[in-house]
Amino acid sequence: MKTKLTLLFIVVMAISSFGGVALTQDMSEVQILYWQASSILNPYLSGGTKDIDASAIVLEPLANWAPDGSLNLNLAAEIPTLENGGISEDLTSITWNLRDDIVWSDGSPFTAEDVVFTWEYCTHPEAGCVQADEFVGVVSVEAMGMHSVTVTFDAPKPNPFRPFVSHIQPILQKAQFGDCIGAEMAACSDANFAPIGTGPFIVEEFRPNDVVTYVRNPNYRDADMGKPAFDRVVFKGGGDAESAARAVLETGEADYAWNLQIAPAVLDSMEAAGNGQVVVAYGQAIETIWINSTDVSPDNPNRSVWMADGSNAHPFLSNKAIRQAMSMAIDTNVLAEQLYGRSGKATCNFINSPASNVSPNTSCDQDIAGAIALLDEAGVLDSDGDGVREYMGHPLRVQYQTSTNAVRQNTQALIKQWWGEIGIDTELRNIDAGVYFGGDPASPDTYQKFYSDVEMYTTGSSSPDMESLLSNNRCGQAPGPDNNWTGSNIIRFCNADYDAALDELSQTAGQDARAAVIIRLNDILVQEYALIPLVYRSSASSAYANSLGGVDINGWDSEMWNIEDWYRADM
Amino acid sequence: MGKYVVRRLLTAIPTILVISFIIFAIVDLSPSDPTSNLPMTIPPEVRAKVREALGADDPFVVKYVKWLNQFFIAEPLNLIETSFGITFPGSEDRARVISWATRGPVIDIIAQRLPQTLWVVGSSYILGVLIAVPVGIYSAYRQYSIFDQVGTFLMMVGFSVPTFFTGLMFIIVFSVNLKWFDSVYDTTLVVSDIETLRQQLNQMIMPVTVLTLYTTAQMSRYTRASTLENLQQDFIRTARSKGLTERVVVGRHVVRNSLIPVVTLIALGIPGIFGGALITEQIFRINGIGQYLIIAIQGGDLPTVQTVTFIFAVLVVFFNIVADVLYGILDPRVTYT
Repeated sequence: MKTKLTLLFIVVMAISSFGGVALTQDMSEVQILYWQASSILNPYLSGGTKDIDASAIVLEPLANWAPDGSLNLNLAAEIPTLENGGISEDLTSITWNLRDDIVWSDGSPFTAEDVVFTWEYCTHPEAGCVQADEFVGVVSVEAMGMHSVTVTFDAPKPNPFRPFVSHIQPILQKAQFGDCIGAEMAACSDANFAPIGTGPFIVEEFRPNDVVTYVRNPNYRDADMGKPAFDRVVFKGGGDAESAARAVLETGEADYAWNLQIAPAVLDSMEAAGNGQVVVAYGQAIETIWINSTDVSPDNPNRSVWMADGSNAHPFLSNKAIRQAMSMAIDTNVLAEQLYGRSGKATCNFINSPASNVSPNTSCDQDIAGAIALLDEAGVLDSDGDGVREYMGHPLRVQYQTSTNAVRQNTQALIKQWWGEIGIDTELRNIDAGVYFGGDPASPDTYQKFYSDVEMYTTGSSSPDMESLLSNNRCGQAPGPDNNWTGSNIIRFCNADYDAALDELSQTAGQDARAAVIIRLNDILVQEYALIPLVYRSSASSAYANSLGGVDINGWDSEMWNIEDWYRADM
Repeated sequence: MGKYVVRRLLTAIPTILVISFIIFAIVDLSPSDPTSNLPMTIPPEVRAKVREALGADDPFVVKYVKWLNQFFIAEPLNLIETSFGITFPGSEDRARVISWATRGPVIDIIAQRLPQTLWVVGSSYILGVLIAVPVGIYSAYRQYSIFDQVGTFLMMVGFSVPTFFTGLMFIIVFSVNLKWFDSVYDTTLVVSDIETLRQQLNQMIMPVTVLTLYTTAQMSRYTRASTLENLQQDFIRTARSKGLTERVVVGRHVVRNSLIPVVTLIALGIPGIFGGALITEQIFRINGIGQYLIIAIQGGDLPTVQTVTFIFAVLVVFFNIVADVLYGILDPRVTYT
């Protein structure tokens, strides 16, 4: 027995001597964990966050969005404005003055030609460029000398900060990508796997869907200021969100873990270990209940199709009082606190950011008694005593669909209960996210087809300018058989005041003036109860080790936007 | 015998072609879309363009023939070129199997990932067999002994507790609490000296143990059952009554006969090594073939899914033939005509 114990002891000692987890409190290297692995380092060929973030360590745009929604300069020397002449009086062109001291990591100078090339690269008709939408309306991009470039639009653009702004559309080196244009775009895997950039690091090795290692860029513009602070970056992918959080917060194997969509209680207990902290960033992502304004009865040949003459309107959801009562019955605070924790805040508005755009005119406290009174007053009564109210002979039975996801199903259950209390019967349905958001026009289950009375999903905007998001609900842009169910106006909304305000927005320059119109648009959507905003969701939530300094998580741009400022903090 | 092998290999060709067609049809008909993972802010027109550039909207037959050409003509030619350093005419224009997600050649990524999959899954398989066979034989020989009872219990646990549970338990105990082993597998590690070897062993211990537990459980059950069956055979009684020692009875008469089905089983399990261990790779971030396949399925990356599953299918067909041939060699009662 004794010898057995001794043996066991020796074995345990031997195993533990292997041990000593390779702790990464290494001064020279930063370990980043993404549970989705990066598959390509060219954001023009992939819209995935994992790919954009991995390339943001190398490639830079002219300017990018800072966490507060303001512009931060990268390759541009100054922000173009009407005052400095960078934006033309008629709002149809913008001229960027570029820094003249920037070189690519291979030592060659960065010039306006590279910017022009990037536009040609993405807008080539055979390219299949994922970011092509960012260049919609751009007529030309011309080099005005070595370090100045003018972007001309086909119409006045009060917000011209879209092309070449943010890390989703950084500048590519013409010398490297010159032969990769059009149909050749996909064949250039060497360039796509190791683009030459102007950013703080250069790609050392790229293993698709696994890991990227980077080393310091000696030609970085702020190299003499000691930036970046790290010699190497390891950008490891794979696994799941929970184990990524654990590697930062509990085992200390990594410095930074991305997108931790896990139960708040689990995250709290991991954070309690004291190795690191969780941070969230807010952009524009609103979990919303969308109300269908068209008739969705299964036997209707024009199911869920919007008709200009209003003939296919929803039998009872076209009544504003009913929509209002549905909104009043919901307690968004409970949803945010119980189901989202730190990753969401209750909201009454569709537009929640930047701060100047937030409407002060709305309120949405739960008021079940008020909702009941409102329905009674509107004559929507339960005349046959089955617990469900009727409107003009139609019982208020709604089908409520969303994607399959634990938080969403819990939200559905709570809302079903609240609607039940005011006499609205709810049938719940959830659809696999791949199908629901997949956009297959042959499937009856996509969010665009909207074959249900109400549905719920999150929508957002990738830039702090809300014009394109709000323009989605312009009259006539409803999905339908004529456009193969690709329209953007999911609620089939049609409101003359709204469209007029949209027209005004497209002519208005200046942040304050635009904010006033954006608030008006928000108020129309919310106060018409065309949709019910529920929760303002954080667009990013990540964990980083206490020993990592300089992290400034960004809801408007890549989380890696300021990696040159990261440093090893004293513990 | 030689004739039999040739015949089996020849009949395997149409089988493989039919398999490739069925896989392609299933993958293509499934409602997956290479652009479905793009952010919702990217409009449908752009998605349509992307699909067009990828060739995702081509007719089924066109896509299938393209893939056949890429996989059976372009890839072998490329392999010959790179391994012998020669260049065939038209080498520049040859279309290899290109992934829709990475836009890089699928075969290169498989080659890049094979080492870590073989290291982890392969070593756990070998280890599992090495443990399972003696344990299974001894359990059967001493049926209902304490060793058998404990062994059976442990094997049932290993068999029924899923790897995502054991993997997680290991991480919590050995990485979080004891801080002995790494929970994140470093695929870029090159073993060059004692220190890197230590690191490699350190990061392999947990995934290998998890997988070994499962393999051992499965294999030892089969070995035990097969040994039990043989122990009750008449010829064993004869051997004993002849006065042979237990060592000879068990070693020569029981074990050899009992291992026939086990060897077949081991051969049939080999393709599984190349397929990787989907869940375990995911848990420890080993990023081998299994994880590659999962990502490709999620991303609707048809060329990758098709190529990886097809290679897997070829291995299954091949090792089936190997198992059949082995059976004939080990068991003289089986003859091939």
